[in-house]
Amino acid sequence: MPREVHAHVAAVTRTYAAAGDHPPVHALGPVDLELRKGEFFAVIGPSGCGKSTFLEVLAGLQRPTAGAVTFEGKPVSGSVADGIGVVFQEDASFPWLTVWDNAAFGLRRSGVREAEVRRRVEDAVAFMGLKDFARAYPSQLSGGMRQRVCIARTLVLQPRLILLDEPFGALDAQTRLLMGDEVLRLWRTTGATVLLITHALDEAAMLADRVGAMSARPGRFIEIIETGWPRERDSGIVAEAGFGEITGRLWERLRGESMKALGHAAVTAMAAE
Amino acid sequence: MTRVGLIRIAVIVALIGALELACRIGWINHRIVIAPSEMARALVALLASGALNADIARTLGVVAIVVVLSITLGFAAGLLIHALPRLREALDPLFATYYAVPIFIFYPVLIAIFGLSPIPIVLIGVATAIVAMIIATLNGLDRVPRVLTKVARVHRLGRFATAMTLQLPAAAPYLFTGVKLSVSYGFIAVIAAEFILSPAGLGRDIADAYADFNNRRMYALILFLLLIATVVNTVLHTLDMRWAERRGAGRS
Repeated sequence: MPREVHAHVAAVTRTYAAAGDHPPVHALGPVDLELRKGEFFAVIGPSGCGKSTFLEVLAGLQRPTAGAVTFEGKPVSGSVADGIGVVFQEDASFPWLTVWDNAAFGLRRSGVREAEVRRRVEDAVAFMGLKDFARAYPSQLSGGMRQRVCIARTLVLQPRLILLDEPFGALDAQTRLLMGDEVLRLWRTTGATVLLITHALDEAAMLADRVGAMSARPGRFIEIIETGWPRERDSGIVAEAGFGEITGRLWERLRGESMKALGHAAVTAMAAE
Repeated sequence: MTRVGLIRIAVIVALIGALELACRIGWINHRIVIAPSEMARALVALLASGALNADIARTLGVVAIVVVLSITLGFAAGLLIHALPRLREALDPLFATYYAVPIFIFYPVLIAIFGLSPIPIVLIGVATAIVAMIIATLNGLDRVPRVLTKVARVHRLGRFATAMTLQLPAAAPYLFTGVKLSVSYGFIAVIAAEFILSPAGLGRDIADAYADFNNRRMYALILFLLLIATVVNTVLHTLDMRWAERRGAGRS
């Protein structure tokens, strides 16, 4: 396991300011995390615990209220650093562009030469299994394929840190397993560091080298579990005995937090009534 | 052509045929309505004589000015209002009730100010069409998925680049609805304004033909306007359908 620190999150908190009648919301932290270069790290936690906020702060899409984030030794705050790619849960493909043009979007905006654009897009589209659909529009593709388009769009930029915000959340269980295999292949081939946000215990346990279990809001890491999987792995790992142990341990840590989160939701709902 | 398209044409041909028959066998008095074939012959003769050229140029020119102004100003105003939520909150009720106000009541005032020139017609046309474009722009921008703003930030796009490369294409179907409405409203307003009080234009021609009991000329002009409106709307509808198909209208 490589030990070099790729991104560092130090005592980060995020509080959303009061809006109208709503009081300020302490969404995250304090959180500390050292992401190792080339590792696959998954963050799991109950709904509304601040997982996506954590990802957005790490990406530079949100400024932390306190604490600091660094990526490759440079501070990240309020803008997305070069070398960071993000894939979102929502379908973020551009329906007015073909698969090819979707993938080429970032490169063209960056002024990369057309020959280089062509080479990188060809590689990414082929890698994501979209070669036969390069001229198709997203509306002609399934949800899983549209998410692949978004991954291809991120991949062409050759990010060194890939942040995945519940990218398979809207997909069915079987497609999620297959997409998990795709992401593992991508991770191995690119050598990038990957941070995955998910609410699925099995997904976290199957994909990650380390899984960070987050508390109910405000989200903090209550335990970080090393899975010990070999780098060469795929969704077949779900049949192994160790897989059940990891998911069981994760659930043990998260059960109480999920109940707390449900309690929060119930109190919020009662207050709204 | 699709089966639905064939049925559509069959319905139109049947209606025209029924009108032709009703006129020919005297069910409809020819002093009130002339047969469609006569309308067509009168129109061909009118167009061939060149007598309409100046009025066609004037009316279509004014419509073009109205449509261009309504679309550009309506889009710009929509962008501005969308960027200023308090202004939006203040204006929303006005937009919601705008078309309940008969805008034509201001036409005499505009004539009093600008005289019998094309300016009052352009102003009344823009006043009629622009709000449809503003509402469509606001609606379109409201429906741009928020995730696209995040994608823009990941790609480090500035505000202008975000607007032009992501927000504008994402809002395009709604903007195109605004364009279609602006064209229709602009057309209606210009012809109606010419009809009421104008020294020239196709609307004026129809009013004159009506006053002179010149049915052949009046129906020829009405047919001409119907054809123009049909062609323009068919072109816009075809473009809209083609883009909607490509973008997957109704995609969840």
